[in-house]
Amino acid sequence: MAKYIELTASNFEETLNEGVSLVDFWAPWCGPCRMIAPVIEELAADFDGKAKICKVNTDEEQDISVKFGIRSIPTIMFFKDGKMVDQIVGAQSKAALAEKINALLA
Amino acid sequence: MILDCAIIGGGPAGLTAGLYATRGGLDNVVMFEKGMPGGQITSSSEIENYPGVTGEISGMDLMIPWPAQCQKFGLKHDMVEIKRVSKDGDIFKIHKEDGTVVEAYSVIVCTGSSPKHAGFKGENELFGKGVSSCATCDGFFYKGKEVVVVGGGDTALEEALYLAKICSKVYLVHRKDSFRSAPNTVARVKKTQNIELVLNSIPQEVYGDNMGVTGILVKDSSGEIRDIKAPGVFVFVGNNVNNRILRQEDGNFLCDMNEKGEVIVDITMKTTTHGLFAAGDIRLSAPKQVVCAAGDGAIAALGAISYVDELLNH
Repeated sequence: MAKYIELTASNFEETLNEGVSLVDFWAPWCGPCRMIAPVIEELAADFDGKAKICKVNTDEEQDISVKFGIRSIPTIMFFKDGKMVDQIVGAQSKAALAEKINALLA
Repeated sequence: MILDCAIIGGGPAGLTAGLYATRGGLDNVVMFEKGMPGGQITSSSEIENYPGVTGEISGMDLMIPWPAQCQKFGLKHDMVEIKRVSKDGDIFKIHKEDGTVVEAYSVIVCTGSSPKHAGFKGENELFGKGVSSCATCDGFFYKGKEVVVVGGGDTALEEALYLAKICSKVYLVHRKDSFRSAPNTVARVKKTQNIELVLNSIPQEVYGDNMGVTGILVKDSSGEIRDIKAPGVFVFVGNNVNNRILRQEDGNFLCDMNEKGEVIVDITMKTTTHGLFAAGDIRLSAPKQVVCAAGDGAIAALGAISYVDELLNH
């Protein structure tokens, strides 16, 4: 089963540069982040080869979090060809996230 | 296949209902929860009143072993959001967000509650950009900075204490001059050096720039406005019940509700609709405590077992 991509300062830009990506900003101590963890895993499998499903550990990657002004987690951002096009704060259902990705892929 | 019991929601009430329903003999029991089970308590920094669980433990840690315990007895988890529950004759219909429908003989609604907004200017616009309702999630982003906590109940005080350990200063803004929290918690708050009590005060407006919140204006009882320059505002002013799934296409609810939108149940967690039970924060007069939600879930499951047995075997 395809796994999500763990983003760090070194692979962030090159990963998001092309195509459609979902980025889940999370941290280990955050209950709602843990709630959507299995949703992210399933999306990674469902969109394998179509969109990149990524996670940023905000505890370890503080520079990325500061750059994007992350103040609440989970924050889920959507990127198209390197540009951030949409974001949602808080736990979401799988269908709601899949719908956003599909809209960007269309 | 028609489910013996459908449980909607995966917090302490839903998980305990699942444990009792499966262990008590119902075969096809599915808990519907859009993500990992655990519920609202997983956002709490500390829980010190769950019997038998001593020491400093977070809400998330408390809930970690619950799902596996239920699954051992056969509870299934469908990771999907439910839009509506309706009833046709003796059969309940569970409408999933993908448009499909699952049928069940009994339903236990455990959809809980969600943090309420206080209603001051800028709160909705800046939610997630400095305004938060989860200190364990977002306190980290204010390490060494000043924050504001709005509210005067147990949650507000407990989370103020948690934030005081991370942040340089916590302004606790409360509309009254006393707290309705547990005396032990109030005493701890008053003893904490870096918590300033801002009493008899109501938030007027939170403001910020394109990176988020930079401050909040609060008004005291004499009408004086104070400008607190802090990048984080945490709001804990109670909860709204999540009753949307009980609303039918004609606008009525599936069972009787009170004026607050809470489900009316008897002491066996039965609603006014046969085969429909409610447990946890969604029911009337809920104390909004994990131990009570768990107790409700057990009672509701025992009721559901009897109901299904009566329906199918008599």
